[in-house]
Amino acid sequence: MDEGLRSELSKQGVFTTTLEEVYNWGRKNSVWPLQFGLACCAIEMIATTMARFDLARFGAEVFRPSPRQADLMIVAGTVTKKMAPQVVRLYNQMPEPKYVIAMGACAISGGPFKQGYNVLKGIDRYIPVDVHIPGCPPRPEALVHAFMTLQGKIDEQKLTGNGRPPHLDPDAPSEFSVPQFGEHDLLPEKNPDVWKPPTRMRHG
Amino acid sequence: MAETILRCEMIPLDQLKSVLESAVPGAQAEMLRNDAPSAQHSLRIDNEHALAVSKFLRADPRLRLDYCSNVTGIDWPEAVLKEKVKVRAVVAGVEKEVEEVVEKRRPGYLEAVYHLYSMELKHGPVIIRFRTTNRTDQVRLTSLTPVWRGCEFQEREIYDLYGIVFDAHPDLRRILMWDGFQDYPMRKDYVEPDDYEYEPTPHDKVLEKASRHLPRHTIP
Repeated sequence: MDEGLRSELSKQGVFTTTLEEVYNWGRKNSVWPLQFGLACCAIEMIATTMARFDLARFGAEVFRPSPRQADLMIVAGTVTKKMAPQVVRLYNQMPEPKYVIAMGACAISGGPFKQGYNVLKGIDRYIPVDVHIPGCPPRPEALVHAFMTLQGKIDEQKLTGNGRPPHLDPDAPSEFSVPQFGEHDLLPEKNPDVWKPPTRMRHG
Repeated sequence: MAETILRCEMIPLDQLKSVLESAVPGAQAEMLRNDAPSAQHSLRIDNEHALAVSKFLRADPRLRLDYCSNVTGIDWPEAVLKEKVKVRAVVAGVEKEVEEVVEKRRPGYLEAVYHLYSMELKHGPVIIRFRTTNRTDQVRLTSLTPVWRGCEFQEREIYDLYGIVFDAHPDLRRILMWDGFQDYPMRKDYVEPDDYEYEPTPHDKVLEKASRHLPRHTIP
């Protein structure tokens, strides 16, 4: 609908909307996160849900203990190589539409433990991540900000055409291969369909 | 409020060595001095009598070491140690004292270190060590989990990261890494997987390794 006409109608007391807007408004205000934490970032995540920061204001207070009932996976903490297959499996068990927030330096890149023998260099090697939060650990405000960023992202999703949410796109991948335990490392080290190394390098 | 903590004087470590050797027939202990300011000297005990010595340390009324606070491993790779020795030698017809560097080859071995305290008598720590014969095929030590129950997970961790096999351990499996893992990551000669692909601030060794994978990470 034309924005001018819409504004004119609202002045006359006629409220107009689209199915898409109502649908996304409902989706973005009832995002239920999966209840699990991996390391110290989980403490900040817990603080975010408590009274002072109150994630319930955004409709995300219902942390679900089952991936079948969750819409959002907050990867809060260090993902060890031993834990990575389980995290991917949990992601695969979540129904579409599903979103991922990688919280903290470890979850986005391995953080201070990068190149350690037992730490994964970021969960975005195996599953697609929607919002990355740097910080060690990020403050609850940062998680709230990431949450609002995700809400904005959900709000902008078109229900048809390219870029529509995966649950409306039968061709979109919903599950990703679970890495196997190898003799020296995880096999494969990364899922090339999901993660590609940055091509532009800093010079000097 | 300064309260005096009751501390029973424990037998000094050099005396403990002879106490042990007379209490457990055949046991051999060696005192290892620590010259650092902490001066935490330790006793190396031969592996054959590990269990008997441990039981004695726990049961003896003067010691009562009923609590094992920490077990850790050390990897000693094969090394050539240089030592300066003063030798009398004839230099240009005159006999003098000359410093000479003697090289000694130290064979490699793995070590398990136990820190023992007594809750009952409030003293400690007594540090005991056990060494394996080498680092490759003879890496067995006796598990002390039957004596101190708290050793179980720590001995598993040492098995996981250093590869010391503890005999008579109730449940010797890897604890931090997965079961199919082949390496022992805390050993000095551990080769990490060469998976450098993108380093935001590469330098030194990381720069060298990253440049093998990405030509743009060139060493200036």
